[in-house]
Amino acid sequence: MFYREAGDFSTTYAEDQQTFPIKFDRYRYYVVLFIAIFVIPFIINDYWANSLLVPFLIYAIAAIGLNILVGYCGQVSLGTGGFMAVGAYSCYKFMTAFPDLSMFVSVLLAGVVTAAVGVLFGLPSLRIKGFYLAVATLAAQFFLVWLFNRVPWFYNYSASGQISAPERDTFGILITGPNTEAWATYLFCLIFTVGSALVARNLTRGSVGRKWMAIRDMDIAAEIIGVNPLRAKLTAFAVSSFFIGIAGALFFSIYLGAVEVGEVFGIQKSFLVLFMIIIGGLGSIFGSFAGAAFLVLLPVALKVVGVDWLGWPTDIVAHLQLVIVGGLIIIFLIAEPHGIAQLWRVAKEKLRLWPFPH
Amino acid sequence: MKDQADSYQTADGRTIGPVVMEMRNITLRFGGVEAIKDISFDIREGEIRAIIGPNGAGKSSMLNVISGFYVPQEGEVWYKGARRPPMKPFEVAEQGIARTFQNIALFEGMSVLDNVMTGRLTHMKTGLFSQSLWKGKAEREEVANREVAEKIIDFLEIQAIRKTPVARLPYGLKKRVELARALAAEPTILLLDEPMAGMNVEEKEDMSRFILDVNDEFGTTIALIEHDMGVVMDLSDRVVVMDYGRKIGDGTPQDVRNNQEVIDAYLGVAHD
Repeated sequence: MFYREAGDFSTTYAEDQQTFPIKFDRYRYYVVLFIAIFVIPFIINDYWANSLLVPFLIYAIAAIGLNILVGYCGQVSLGTGGFMAVGAYSCYKFMTAFPDLSMFVSVLLAGVVTAAVGVLFGLPSLRIKGFYLAVATLAAQFFLVWLFNRVPWFYNYSASGQISAPERDTFGILITGPNTEAWATYLFCLIFTVGSALVARNLTRGSVGRKWMAIRDMDIAAEIIGVNPLRAKLTAFAVSSFFIGIAGALFFSIYLGAVEVGEVFGIQKSFLVLFMIIIGGLGSIFGSFAGAAFLVLLPVALKVVGVDWLGWPTDIVAHLQLVIVGGLIIIFLIAEPHGIAQLWRVAKEKLRLWPFPH
Repeated sequence: MKDQADSYQTADGRTIGPVVMEMRNITLRFGGVEAIKDISFDIREGEIRAIIGPNGAGKSSMLNVISGFYVPQEGEVWYKGARRPPMKPFEVAEQGIARTFQNIALFEGMSVLDNVMTGRLTHMKTGLFSQSLWKGKAEREEVANREVAEKIIDFLEIQAIRKTPVARLPYGLKKRVELARALAAEPTILLLDEPMAGMNVEEKEDMSRFILDVNDEFGTTIALIEHDMGVVMDLSDRVVVMDYGRKIGDGTPQDVRNNQEVIDAYLGVAHD
């Protein structure tokens, strides 16, 4: 009824393999993109940008990155916070060492550096799997945070040990620093988010994505049909870390402006992004967005409802948030391991037949 | 015995080519257990070669040696006239050897089409960068390989389920999808590890027909392990019989059937 694919036929294989094979989906996607680019920048203010949209866009990139590694390639990682820190610190070093560099380039280069670091810490995945690999990536998390805390070169010998983003622009528009406009930071993040989602989708629908999924589903069979496990796993680590590095660079330079590594990129950050993809849906790009949106919205919604409307103390609401997220993780893992993305799929199947399911 | 380089005609008019793969004095040990003891045999181009034997005879180990899972302690594998150095399974796949498994080893999280497309991976060489852009090189390669995959899907009559997740399929269809995945690689040699295990008579007939058709249409060389004697005798051109890791017979189904040692192995010997 609401969801139509009748009369929508693919006549070529290229049409059948496109991102949104159903016309209805395609137009909905164009509409969302149109609103995001041409409507929101004109009505956005600082509150909406800083508390909702910018963190959502940045977390979405990180979630896409982690989803490639965990959801598509089946390699569990708890090092997301550490890799985001690599992105943040390399972006900082590029920004301060080359003041004339466009922010675009700095962020992309930060992604490249993180990809290299990710490959390095991905090497143990060739020998160990599952929980043991998760513990190995945990080592990456703690080592990287320790490294950025202890080696003054990384924070340019600043007295506080923090890094703070200097004012940098791209095409003459100020992107970082205290005097930015909400629409500029929003659009800058949006470009990276849409780009990441497109690249992730292109990779996962092609032969690289099939190699990853083959490794995830059955690594022995994957090897027998000609997948080099070493290369498949390391490309997954590289691509995943690339996105996570970009997310870390944006998180530092645009969202926060100043960062103390242990506080911002600690183990909590790794878990937060992991929860996003578990709640959103493993192995789904849409799920990465859904999970990021959910976990960014939840604290804001709770604050509005609990503190502003009901007048509860702030600390109770903060604790309530932990309880709710923890409960949701358990519910999702038991009841719907494929997350919101799967709920959405089921809803579409039901809506297609509604109101006459028989 | 015919010469290795010669071709010959079978009774039903098929041409069997020269030797494409040869196992020379293969011995495989796991610690103190000798799974394969000094076995030699060859596989000719275009033939259907069966490996039979009682449980634990070492048939699957033999297949695993061919596909690169196990490296034998002694002996040589010759492929297309050259000695094959010890290599990883994915390198063996690159050389044009595909296989199916005794216990189905499909990618359960993917659709049938994606599973068949994984069989094309050895033919897909576009780099990471052009794939991330999709338009152009990556899309052309995808479509070209999709055409081959669709041909196989047509051939094995699984068009109706191409978008179905593999996990939802019944056993018989899974076996067929696995065959499709192996065939999609357009292999020189196709190894089938008990393609008819656990099937009823009708499914066995279907599968036998597909195996014969594959051999006939694509000229694929097939080496298969099977327990059903009727099937083996009907399908295969030549049969290797193994027992306790040794080779006890090799020849046409007719030869093997009349071989006293083979009869003893299968029916048991009276100890008096």
